[in-house]
Amino acid sequence: MENKHKATNIKKTLSRLMQRIFLPHKAKWVVVVICIIISALAGVGSSLFLKYLINDCVTPLLETVNLGLEPSYTKLIVSVLFIAGVLLLGTIASFIYNRIMILIAQGTLRNIREEMFGKMQKLPIKYFDSHTHGEIMSYYTNDADTLEQMIAQTLPNALFSIFQIVFSFISMLSVSIYLTLIVIGVLVLMMFVVKFVGGKSRKHFVIKQNSLAKVNGFIEEMVSGQKVVKVFCHEDKAQTGFDAINDEMTKHSCIATEYANMFMPIMGNIGYLQYVLIAIIGGACAIFGLPNLSLTGFSLFNIGVISSFLLLSKSFTQPVTQVSSQINNIVIALAGAERIFDFMEEEPEVDDGYVTLVNMKEDENGELVETDEHTHIWAWKHPHKDGKVTYTEMRGDVVFEDVDFGYVPEKIVLHDVSVYAKPGQQIAFVGSTGAGKTTITNLLNRFYDIADGKIRYDGININKIKKNDLRRAIGMVLQETNLFTGTVKDNIRYGRLDATDEDIYKAAKLANADDFIQRLPEKYDTMLTGDGANLSQGQRQLLAIARAAVADTPVMIMDEATSSIDTRTEKLVQKGTALLMEGRTVFVIAHRLSTIQDADVIMVLEKGVVIEKGNHEKLISQKGKYYQLYTGKFELD
Amino acid sequence: MIKKLAKSIRQYKKQTILTPISVAIEVVLEVLIPFILANLLNYLDAVNAGTSTADMGVILKYGGLLILFALVSLFFGAFSGVCAARASTGFARNLRSDMYKKIQKFSFSNIDKFSTSSLVTRMTYDVNFTQNAFQMLIRIAVRAPMMLVFSLIMAFVISPNIAWIFLIAIPVLLGGLLFIMFKVKPIFYKVFKKFDKLNEVVQENVRGIRVVKAYVREEYEKEKFKDVNEDIYKNITKAQKITAYNGPLMQLCLYTCVVLICLVGSKLIVGSNSTLLQIGQLSTLITYAIQILSSLMMLSMVFVMITMSRESARRIVEVLDEEPDIVSPENAITEIKDGSIEFIDVNFSYAKDINKLCLSNVDLKIESGQTIGIIGGTGSSKSTLVQLIPRLYDATFGEVKVGGVNVKDYNLDVLRNQVAFVLQKNELFSGTIKDNLRWGNENATDEEIVEACKLAQAHEFIESFPDKYDTRIEQGGTNVSGGQKQRLCIARALLKKPKIIIFDDSTSAVDTKTDSLIRKGMAEAIPGTTKIIIAQRIASVKDADNIIVLDGGKIVAQGKHKKLLDTCEIYQEVYYSQIKGGKNNGK
Repeated sequence: MENKHKATNIKKTLSRLMQRIFLPHKAKWVVVVICIIISALAGVGSSLFLKYLINDCVTPLLETVNLGLEPSYTKLIVSVLFIAGVLLLGTIASFIYNRIMILIAQGTLRNIREEMFGKMQKLPIKYFDSHTHGEIMSYYTNDADTLEQMIAQTLPNALFSIFQIVFSFISMLSVSIYLTLIVIGVLVLMMFVVKFVGGKSRKHFVIKQNSLAKVNGFIEEMVSGQKVVKVFCHEDKAQTGFDAINDEMTKHSCIATEYANMFMPIMGNIGYLQYVLIAIIGGACAIFGLPNLSLTGFSLFNIGVISSFLLLSKSFTQPVTQVSSQINNIVIALAGAERIFDFMEEEPEVDDGYVTLVNMKEDENGELVETDEHTHIWAWKHPHKDGKVTYTEMRGDVVFEDVDFGYVPEKIVLHDVSVYAKPGQQIAFVGSTGAGKTTITNLLNRFYDIADGKIRYDGININKIKKNDLRRAIGMVLQETNLFTGTVKDNIRYGRLDATDEDIYKAAKLANADDFIQRLPEKYDTMLTGDGANLSQGQRQLLAIARAAVADTPVMIMDEATSSIDTRTEKLVQKGTALLMEGRTVFVIAHRLSTIQDADVIMVLEKGVVIEKGNHEKLISQKGKYYQLYTGKFELD
Repeated sequence: MIKKLAKSIRQYKKQTILTPISVAIEVVLEVLIPFILANLLNYLDAVNAGTSTADMGVILKYGGLLILFALVSLFFGAFSGVCAARASTGFARNLRSDMYKKIQKFSFSNIDKFSTSSLVTRMTYDVNFTQNAFQMLIRIAVRAPMMLVFSLIMAFVISPNIAWIFLIAIPVLLGGLLFIMFKVKPIFYKVFKKFDKLNEVVQENVRGIRVVKAYVREEYEKEKFKDVNEDIYKNITKAQKITAYNGPLMQLCLYTCVVLICLVGSKLIVGSNSTLLQIGQLSTLITYAIQILSSLMMLSMVFVMITMSRESARRIVEVLDEEPDIVSPENAITEIKDGSIEFIDVNFSYAKDINKLCLSNVDLKIESGQTIGIIGGTGSSKSTLVQLIPRLYDATFGEVKVGGVNVKDYNLDVLRNQVAFVLQKNELFSGTIKDNLRWGNENATDEEIVEACKLAQAHEFIESFPDKYDTRIEQGGTNVSGGQKQRLCIARALLKKPKIIIFDDSTSAVDTKTDSLIRKGMAEAIPGTTKIIIAQRIASVKDADNIIVLDGGKIVAQGKHKKLLDTCEIYQEVYYSQIKGGKNNGK
């Protein structure tokens, strides 16, 4: 993989990020910027004030005292009160912008997360098949985390720092241009350090991240296989292997941390050096009465100028250090942001379908007409080019005509497959691993699009049907059962959201799931967590069947589970499946031959080609591949 | 807990101690710099006022001292950074290594106690968090309080008449920070929980994307996500709105100090005619104010970070403290006579609870070289029974003997090398096929490997791969089919040339023909090895010398196929369901 820790197109990423941060919050930003300016000005003002205090209040007062006069503190008190007011204002401003920034930052992050998830729902199955779950999850965890850090913390700090730098710089010029030159000189030195130390640290950080991924991978693999390690007494070898990559990572992690740790002390102490230089040079100038050039013209170097400048130089250097120590974080966050945005811009699933599924009812003349009511009669609404609209009743007639398909164009995995399924018929697919059985399940509901040929549902080319409506007309029981956190009831209702509780109980009974659900602690209200971890494999399958039963579609695709379940539960599953299949057009992907002996048509696939076709008796009498599979001469999965 | 963790510092003790020492030196110098600077400024002021003569020598003296201080401080600052980096990354290295070592010693029941994913998190995320906390502890947790104390002392040295201001500001700021912290903590915990929930929604969505799309539930899923997302937004802004008081509170305290220093300081200077306080010291006092208050801020941050890392540290110690419950005995026997097995009144409970027995009163005798089949439904404890033989678990009561000797008396490695076990959930590791097979015997020759693979019916398909025995297996063995994986695992076990070999439902994905070829081959090639086969398929055990039928942790019947078919109801039930197929049972 290419460099994962650096954005490849910083400009584009930044502009995409800024669009999301600024555009929806324009009014808020105006307030934020005003408040930041006030707050930064107040900070700088307090440093400038020292010069005024010393030169214009304290020194004259000391002179009056020296002359033996009674000092009048009025001017002093008034000016201190004035600066107190300014500082209070600054504090209030900083409070306001901090509060608003929270709303902006968290609001932006919320929107990004929502957009990300929304976009993800539109991605084609192909995307999910070609990326690991871990990869997709890391957009929501690692990348979103670093982005949050940046938007919520680094960004407001950086903004404040920039204003502080600008104001301090102007103030420094207004106090002494000569001394400002020293600060600029030191700044150059600092930038040098930033470039060198920061660069080194960044370089090793990237290496470290890569070796960290290796360590994680090793731990993941070895710990999940720990029982095998034990059985083979492989503990010592495993330890040696681990120590080697652990040391490798530690080495780079150490160097990266060393540089990162050195950064702040070096920058901080350069700040002190600067502080000292200013005092010495300023002091020398003051002693020898050299003129001081400031924005307001020539004047004398005095202690007020130096004291004030010392504080100002601090409020200039400190934000510089701050910002530059954040560079690494910004780089990492931008890389994360780029990945998130690229993820959002993945090609979504296209849907050119215009035939829709609508409810029908009989009008007073006994004719079927379209309705918004929930009836149990469905029809395909087909608008034609000439403006006419025809309705075709949904029956579940499915035809594959000379279908070719490949996951990648160069490699066709299904050749010339033709299937004719009349409503209510059962079509079974058998064949060894890699024959293309499961692929068929991906085509009818258009998870993938076929390369050549036609698939028709009730005589309509499925490419013309809106994907969502097509999928609503097909029920699926997949090889791997996926359940969602929620109650048993919620999980069954997933098949049809408006199903009543009665519908759910009925479906569960049909699927043979009612028995075990009744034995759960809270029955239908039992919470399932972690993909139904508290249920057995067989029970999960029963729930998946119930879910399909509640969807009540005329066409069903059943991809049998391959995992071994014990004979008793398997019997229940088969019974449930059999009941569910009645009266529907069903495509069964069979991994056990016992399930499909009653199928109307059994298609035997090999290397993507249908090599035999017919019912059980016919195929057995042919003594071909099916016969061999049936008698156990070939491996199914 | 801390003691336990501290053991992992080991060779990095030197760096661990050097870090706070050099931090301390750096802090002292940093605090002295403004103090000396104040003297320089006062001297300048005196020159200005005409009370002292202008002398470049004095300036150079002070200046030289200051530059020296700054350079030394820079050195120690950088040095402490390097030490801290070495100490903390080294500490983390040792922690990972210690945990891994411990996990290697875990028995199956230890492994069951921690899930795989939790062990992975503990070794990565938790160690990382603890490493950061450790570095903070030896660096910033030293720096901040020292800075606070030293700056305060120096402030008092300069002027006790002003330094009292800090004595008021410190408790006010500290109180405020603590108050905010305690208010916000429960909300943040809630936010963490919500983030877990959010990840769960995403993970379930990604994993179940086919279900989502098949049932057209995209909008429903979006709503679900939106609810949690909105919840996070609400809680996190609530929490952050409270923490937003931190900055302004700090500013308020600092500015109040600055204003008071200016006011009280100026009056003091004028009132005492520069005897109690001098002009040059004003900016130094303000510098100290900044240092004191930002140290407090830092301290509260360190406090939060360290409390947050306590949970991680606890989880690490939990692993380190876990006692492996199966270890080799002293003076262990290293020679196993033969492959005979005997169970004498064996009872077993995972929870070591007599009321939750998984196996009860098992008595069983197996001759060396026999083939034994085990049949029974889910939860009948088939796997549990055989796992007692290589001591993957220990019998709770009763005795398990191999070769006439209690398994607890053998050296563990010897026992496990002689009792090969093909696990139900078997794993291949990333590496070539050959690498994986050599797990069974590191020194196996190529001939031996081929022989084992032929026996396991794996040779043929391995030869069909372009790279043959050097074909790379991906992590988790995803690039071979289930049946191929199982046959490779069998070959791997056969390479051990064991006295006993146990198949725990390990041919479930292999077709019946190949299955029977494997059994036939083994009967011919390794007749002296005791073979125990757990299977769902009757066909796999039909020819065994003895078939054991388990139900609810008890042996309910044993004997040959024919006998069981005549007498055992459970056996009949399983047999007939498999012969007829389940198709018509539903009607």
